[in-house]
Order: sequence, then C-alpha cells, then structure tokens
Amino acid sequence: MSANSNSQTERWIIFVVLFVAVALPLVFPLGLKTEVSDYTKMAWDLIETTPDSSVVIFSFDCDPSTMTELQPMAESMLYHAFSRNQKVIAMALWPQGVQMADMAFNTVKTSFPDKQYGIDYVNLGYKVSGIVAIQAMGQSMEEVNPTDIAGTKYSEIPMLKGIVTIKDIAYVNSLSSGVPGIKEWIMIARDTYKTPVTGGTTAVSAPGFFPYINSQKQLSGLLGGLKAASEYEMLIGRIGSATVKMDAQSTAHVLILLFIAIGNVKAYRAKKGSKK
Amino acid sequence: MTGFMSTLGLWMAVFFTFSIFSFLYKDNPLYKLSEQIFVGLSAAYWLVYTFFSMMMPNLIVKLSSDFKGNIILLIPATLGFMMLLRIFPKTQWFSRFPIAIMIGTSAGINMVRYTKSDLLSQVSATMINPFAAATTSAIIGNFLLIIGTICGVYFFYFSKKQEGMSAVPSKLGIWFLMISFGASFGYTVMARVSLLIGRLEFLLKDWLHIIK
Amino acid sequence: MKRNLPLIFAFICGIVVVASDFIPHRPFNLMIDTLQNWFMIIVGFAILLGQISLFQSNIYKIQHKVSGWYYYLAGLISFVIMLVLGLLWGTQEYQGLLGHGLAVQAWLGSKPFDYLFDNAYLPLSATMFSLLAFFVASAAYRAFIIRSFESNLLMITAIIVILGRTSFGGMLTSWVPESYSFWHLPNLSDFIMEYPNTAAQRAIMISAALGIIGSSLRIILGIERSYLGSDK
Repeated sequence: MSANSNSQTERWIIFVVLFVAVALPLVFPLGLKTEVSDYTKMAWDLIETTPDSSVVIFSFDCDPSTMTELQPMAESMLYHAFSRNQKVIAMALWPQGVQMADMAFNTVKTSFPDKQYGIDYVNLGYKVSGIVAIQAMGQSMEEVNPTDIAGTKYSEIPMLKGIVTIKDIAYVNSLSSGVPGIKEWIMIARDTYKTPVTGGTTAVSAPGFFPYINSQKQLSGLLGGLKAASEYEMLIGRIGSATVKMDAQSTAHVLILLFIAIGNVKAYRAKKGSKK
Repeated sequence: MTGFMSTLGLWMAVFFTFSIFSFLYKDNPLYKLSEQIFVGLSAAYWLVYTFFSMMMPNLIVKLSSDFKGNIILLIPATLGFMMLLRIFPKTQWFSRFPIAIMIGTSAGINMVRYTKSDLLSQVSATMINPFAAATTSAIIGNFLLIIGTICGVYFFYFSKKQEGMSAVPSKLGIWFLMISFGASFGYTVMARVSLLIGRLEFLLKDWLHIIK
Repeated sequence: MKRNLPLIFAFICGIVVVASDFIPHRPFNLMIDTLQNWFMIIVGFAILLGQISLFQSNIYKIQHKVSGWYYYLAGLISFVIMLVLGLLWGTQEYQGLLGHGLAVQAWLGSKPFDYLFDNAYLPLSATMFSLLAFFVASAAYRAFIIRSFESNLLMITAIIVILGRTSFGGMLTSWVPESYSFWHLPNLSDFIMEYPNTAAQRAIMISAALGIIGSSLRIILGIERSYLGSDK
C-alpha cells in the first residue's frame, strides 16, 4: 500500500470514529455536569439586574450555519429577559438573522403565552450596513427602522414609545457569528452611547472578544460556544438543547486529544526510525 | 397535501445534508451541485431581505407615501443607480462616486471607532494596578496581562530589526501569541464539533427518530 | 473629473464623519445623519450589484460551456426560484408583491420562500460548516506535533482548553482540594483565556487598530486610491 493511500485510509478512519463518537452520546446521553464560568455569569447578571419593563435589543447577527451554538444561547437569554419582564426588540445585522429571531421567539413564546407582539416584543428586521446602521440608531431609532417587519410604523408600536435613540435601550445582546456583530455593537452602543453590551458568539470567535471584557466594561460578559450556552441553561434552571449536546461535545473533545496523542507517538517513531 | 410536502421537505434536507457530507469521501458531482445550489439560494435570500427590510421601508415606501417630503432621498437613489452602472464597461466610472462616498464614510467611521475602542480603551484597560486583584492568581494574571500586551505589541513593531536584548520582549510576545493560538485552537475544536452535533441531531432526531 | 471628484467626495465624507464625532452639534450632526441614511440605501444597491454580478458570471459560464457549466446552471435556477418566490409571496415576516399567498401556504405548510429556507438553505449552510469538524480532527492528528518550545506552548494550552471546556475536565480534577482550586482544569482553562490569551489578543487588536487608523487616514487624504480601479 502506498504512503498516499495509507494516509487516505487514516483520514477516513478519523472521520468515521469522530462520526460515531459524536452520534453515540446523542443516542445514549451520559448526563455529565458542567461548571459555570465567570463570563457567562456576568452576562446573566446583566439581564438579571436590568429593571422590569426596560426595553432591550436582541440582535441576531448570525446565520443557520452556527445555529447549533447560538440558538440555545438566544433562547435561554430571551427566556431570561422575558422572565424578568423586559421588553425585547429583535433585529438583525445579518439577513438570515431575521429567521433565526423568529425561531427563537417561537420556541420561547410557548413558555410565555401571554407575551404580546408590539407590547412585549417586536421584530424590526434586517438592517444593512452594520456599523453605520448602529451609528444612525444613535441619532434616531425611527429613521433607521421606519416600520417593523409587519409594516407597522415605528411611532405606532406601543413598546417603542419613548425609545428615541440607542441611549434609551437598557442593554444590547448580540448573538454574533462574525462581522457585523458584537464588535460593532461595542464600538457604537457601548463606547459611544454608553449602553451596556453583552452577547453570545461562536466558540471560534470568542477568544478575540475577551479583551473587551475589561476594566472599561466594554463588554458585560460573553457566552462563547455550546459550553457557555449550557452554562446559561444551568443558571436559569431550564435544561435545553445545549445541555443535552454537551455530552457529545465532551466525548468529541476527548477523542481529538486522543488523535493528537496518537499523531505525536507516530511522529516520534518516524523521527526515531529516520535517525537509525 | 401539507403532510406530503413536509415529508418531501425533510427528505430534501436529508439529501442536501448527505450531499455535502459526501465531500468527506472525495469531491463529487453531488457535492458540486449542492454547493452551487447553496450559492444561488444564499444570494437570492440576501437580495429578498435587503429588498423587504431596507429598500422598501427606507426608500420605496417613503418616496411613494410622501414624495415631496422625502425628495432628498432621490440623491442616494441616484447614487445607487450609478452604482449599478458598474455592470456596463463604458459607464463603469459612474460607480466611483457612490463607492467613494461609501469608502470615505467607512474610513471616517473606522478611524474614529478603532481609535476609541481598539486602541485607547485597550491601552487604558492594560494600565491597571496588578495588586488591586483579590486573589494571588488574579495578581499573577494581571502581571501576565500587562507584560503580554506590551511584549505582543512590541513583536508587531517591524520598523527596527529586533536583535540582542531588544529581541527578548519580542520572543516573550511570541510565547504569549502561541498560548493564545493554542487556546484559539481549543475553541475552534469546540465550535466545529458543535456544528457537527447539530447536523447529527437533525439526522437522528428529525429524520430517523432515534432520539427524542 | 472621473478620478479627482470621487476623491474629493471621499475626503468630504471622511472629514464630516470625523468632525461630527468631536462636534456633535449643528450642522455636523445633521450632515452625519443624512450621510448615514444615504449610506444604507447605497449599500442596498451595492448588494443588488453583487447579485447581478453573480448572475452575469454564471450566465457567462453557461454560455461558454466552461467545465461543469451544468452546476452553475443549477445555481442560477435556484437563485431565480428563491428570488421569484420571495418577491411574489414574501417571507414569514414580510408580505410579498402578491400578498401572503394563503392558498400556497395551505398547500405547502409555509410560504414557498420559507419552505426552501428550512429544507434547502438551512441544511446546506449548517452541513457545509460542520464538515470542518472532520478536518479539524484530521489536522489535530497530522499537524499537532511537538517540534519546538513554541509548539509545546501551543499544544499544552490547546490540551488544557480542550479538556477544560468539557464536562470531563471538571470530573478529572474534581479531587483537587479547594485551596488548590486554581489547578482545577475548568479554572485553569478560564485563567488562560482571561489573562495570557487576552494579553495576546489585545496586542493583536491594538496593532490592527493602528493599521486600520493609518489606512483610513490614507483613504480620506486620497493617498490610497486603489478602490477607484484603473482608468482603462
């Protein structure tokens, strides 16, 4: 067998083993427990301490490719905001975010059947041009969002009475899987208009946002990836899809560590062999 | 009929899922077909939402409901049409005007915002009293934060050759960057596995009904 | 006029934006307000231009029968179908040009645009990115090899973070006494993320910001003008 076909076979073995390692815990859950990290607690604190009836923004700056990570976060945070009686403006800096928002609201509304559109929550839809749209909302929310998605005029939506600019928003929560997203909200909403910003992001982009969690309070906590989503579910006492999936996540992580170990042993042997 | 259509939809989703997964074996016609369909759907999706959520309320409805009051919107509309003239080689130069406005505005915004958020605020956040922390580990952490940031920035300073003693902070900077890249790899593993879990959940739950 | 006037436009827009940040009063606040609203509308047209460009490119490939032209045809058909359905009957949230299409909805179970979103776009998008899990696993096996001090640092950190971000990480070090809780894997992982990682990411952020500020200044002052394209 040539080295090339050997390597191809190795690849397929890795793929199959990973596939099985992820599938098995989904079928046979292990019920592993997770521990809450500081940054998740900070995000929870912000929502928890925001007064009743405050108007907040949930910005769905994501698309379906990252829904496994971001949708559980969105649902948990929305559930938390609704349970604190906050009024939620949904919007999106990504076009696909509008559908993501709909999915999250449809799921959470089953737990809050009394919440009414226009009074407790509203969907302002997709806004093009990211940072410019946020900056324009600093001057006038109505100018950027003349109507909601149903075509109702901004001035005729009951919960938006008194919400003139982004300064009137209690906090912004960006569910972000790239640009535009959390970074743009921090730059404008937090650093320019002093509106607190929190959010959830994919694990792959989370490390880049950690410098914003600092003494300047540019970012009030951050949920990074599925683990943080499961931590949030634990904090609000609502077991959701993230907690269920964490077993598969943990198994896959251990498997990848095993791959690293085997790869290193193989490389060590090859090095030793070539020296001889 | 709805039942049939929802079953058809489910099988469509399964077909597309396996078509993409088939790339793991090797590049093949099914994958290529799905890839192009994805590009087409994606582009149309973007366009439809831009039309309904931006062009309609912010331009078309405003102009049709109160033309005189919003007559100034004809300027960005004209600039927008000038942008579209880029598709014809002879009229391409018209698009330079709207592009210049977009680039100039973006440059102005970036200059101001990056100075505030990514430069000044980050520098301020590094100028902390390391001993102000409550625990020993946090005090050590604060020192690492200050040293790591300074050495990291020093590493990116390319205007002078770094050798001898001046290479020491640069070396330290590389170590911090390596730690960060390692951490990022850990997080990347987490992200990618999560996405796979999502797809397997779809197959096992919605399609095969193996899990509830 | 074809080159210099756009440069003047860019200069004025850039200066107005910068000035309005320092002087948030009339006339600058009104100017920036107007400019931002115009910007959003122009971006709408820019998105349209992008899609027209994609359309043209696919048509060209089909007309010239380039290798695999039938795939581009499939892409083009899916583009047209999604666009037409979206514009005619709208989306879950928006009314289309023909209204909400209640009869079609009763037949399909949802609007045609949403039907395609749920059953084609969503699985395609999610599966496309989930492929990367397999390649990350393969890369971990092949490329994550101990070679030098720097690669050791990278690998040790990755291992701690990968383990620390799982439920197993907590279980493995649950025996560690409270006084040594720093060495508990989830805590150690959080420490790495909060301090050394943040330091390096902040260094990258500061350095990138300096670069962005510099290039923005070059654009505003008209030194950087490649975005105008060539005169040919």
